[in-house]
Amino acid sequence: MTEISENTNSSAGNVPLVELRNISISFGGIHAVNNASVELNAGEVVALVGHNGAGKSTLIKILSGAYKRDAGSIYVQGEEAHIANPRDAKRYGIETIYQTLALADNVDAAANLFLGRELRTRWGTLDDAAMESATRRVMGRLNPRFQRFKEPVSSLSGGQRQSVAIARAILFNARILIMDEPTAALGPQETAQVSDLVRQLKADGIGIFLISHDIHDVFDLADRIVVMKNGQVVGTARTSDVTEDEVLGMIILGKCPPGAVPGPGALQVATAA
Amino acid sequence: MADLAAAQDRASVTSGGMVSRFLKATELDTRMLGMLGALAIIWIGFHILSGGLFLTPRNLWNLSVQSASVAIMSTGMVLVIVTRNIDLSVGSLLGFVGMVMGVTQASFLPQFLGFEHPATWIIALAVGIAVGAMIGGLQGFIIAYLGVPAFIVTLGGLLIWRGSAWWVTSGRTVAPLDSTFRLMGGGANGAIGAQWSWIVGIVACVALVLLLWMARRQRRRFNFPLRPLWAEVFLGVVGSGFILACIAVVNAYPLPPAIARRYAEDNNIPIPEGGLFISHGIAIPVLMAVGVGVIMTFLARRTRFGRYVFAIGGNPEAAVLAGINTRWVMMKIFILMGVLAAIAAAVSSARLNAATNAMGTLDELLVIAAAVIGGTSLSGGVGTIAGAMIGAVLMQSIATGMILLGVDTPLQNIVVGVVLVVAVWLDTIYRKRVKV
Repeated sequence: MTEISENTNSSAGNVPLVELRNISISFGGIHAVNNASVELNAGEVVALVGHNGAGKSTLIKILSGAYKRDAGSIYVQGEEAHIANPRDAKRYGIETIYQTLALADNVDAAANLFLGRELRTRWGTLDDAAMESATRRVMGRLNPRFQRFKEPVSSLSGGQRQSVAIARAILFNARILIMDEPTAALGPQETAQVSDLVRQLKADGIGIFLISHDIHDVFDLADRIVVMKNGQVVGTARTSDVTEDEVLGMIILGKCPPGAVPGPGALQVATAA
Repeated sequence: MADLAAAQDRASVTSGGMVSRFLKATELDTRMLGMLGALAIIWIGFHILSGGLFLTPRNLWNLSVQSASVAIMSTGMVLVIVTRNIDLSVGSLLGFVGMVMGVTQASFLPQFLGFEHPATWIIALAVGIAVGAMIGGLQGFIIAYLGVPAFIVTLGGLLIWRGSAWWVTSGRTVAPLDSTFRLMGGGANGAIGAQWSWIVGIVACVALVLLLWMARRQRRRFNFPLRPLWAEVFLGVVGSGFILACIAVVNAYPLPPAIARRYAEDNNIPIPEGGLFISHGIAIPVLMAVGVGVIMTFLARRTRFGRYVFAIGGNPEAAVLAGINTRWVMMKIFILMGVLAAIAAAVSSARLNAATNAMGTLDELLVIAAAVIGGTSLSGGVGTIAGAMIGAVLMQSIATGMILLGVDTPLQNIVVGVVLVVAVWLDTIYRKRVKV
């Protein structure tokens, strides 16, 4: 474990932007995440891959404050972060695009973007006009043809809803962005748009956790890949050091190729235990 | 029947070219218009059937007073139902708080202040509101923090508070109440008179125009698309016209001759030939209900609290992930509901000039029905305060109309039940059509 962090630390040359150390959580006796350690540097895209139920989303929900971990610690820029709820995570600049999008369907785009962080007038009332104005600006960047600002998001298309969820995450100058299947509901053109956005955010120095089932996407966008299986980290690898087939081997068999740094969930460890 | 026609109206507005353009320009809520249409049809229908008894100043004034208590509570019930909860205890809560306020002013305070002390009414009301808030808070705490379903907690509350109301005076009726407190119930004295009614009406018109103007200025500041000017003028004129028409109606209802004569003698007004015409004006409970409606609409639409209430109703999980303290918001809603039940209790007991332990029995069902007829969706996330208040008036109109027609009591209940089910059925059809 310590070897991994030393490795990447020396390659990046400074403290990682965010570091998850020995995280565990169980639900009713099932170890959803078991002793997992992952780290992310500024301007880096780290992909989390694995089967359904491998623990990727659960691990990420611990970072975003949605779940409380049973064990382990989180460091943001080398300092221990206390994340007990989503508000805490947002205070550390951690923004999340959930797989389910987590939108309140009955209110409009602006209300969703600012949910929990509403702009207010000097009398303490909601400043809907200012919020709509900011929404128009950020949506213009993501989805220039979007015009349905007054309608509840339930009436929007899948792609439009997705762009609302993405807009919410980038609106507040996130430092760490978690994207859980951000392109699942999108067509090819919109997917390309999201890929451009990821590159752009990366260039701005934002660290991104990307959860995806699309192995091509992962190789296209990510700098490093973390493979999870049965709640454990199988291994971590730079995308340049491994092939797609090797990553698939990690996902399916838990077999760690020579180009990857094995984690506690790698095959040989599993058989030894 | 009436509702069916209204539904057809609603359905046709989605297709008509000019109508839809008009609705788009004015940004009026078609559902609300449909409800007003249904109300108009019911009123006119009863007017014709009763041989011209329904649409009289006297009947409309009484209708407004009778609707006030349920209308006040329905505004809170909207928020409760929007967050996918229910409150079955409001009727019993009204009974219990009414009893507490009755005992406070009729037995407790006179020991220290004597009878008819000027501060009695306000102390009694404050005690009632505090008790309502505490009970609402307790129920809200159990629902939000201990995770017991609202249906069960408030079903328990329905029994507990009705029993407690009985217990306070061992079932004895408390009367008479303080004369100032009684003004909250309406009646000949509990109205503000013609002059003040006009002042209230004019203030309301000015406020309406100001609101329209401020909204327009705000939109212009951010370069948003503006409503066409004719639409703004239309809204201002129709809105003001409606307000002034309401005032004219309540001012057209004179005090009964005996009371008018006493009033004239008290104030040294000479009584002219053919009797004295002194207007009732707006009844105080109606003024309270409208005030509650305005405040609750403000809370729901313009504050963070209201935004959170609707977000929780739309997607509770998303609200938590957005960092909203959903439990505390939920508890606040039930506190608010308790306060509103206390205000409604003041209106009801003041109107009766007594506090009885049966007061408010079955009110929870009327309140829920008013909210649901008013467009609050039981699956959460959707509802308006104004809609619920119109729903309350609609329910009361049907009840009053049937009494005017001399319909038997059992048949009245049957009709109200059928109307509730049919109205919600029509609403489901309407929503499906609009969504597609």
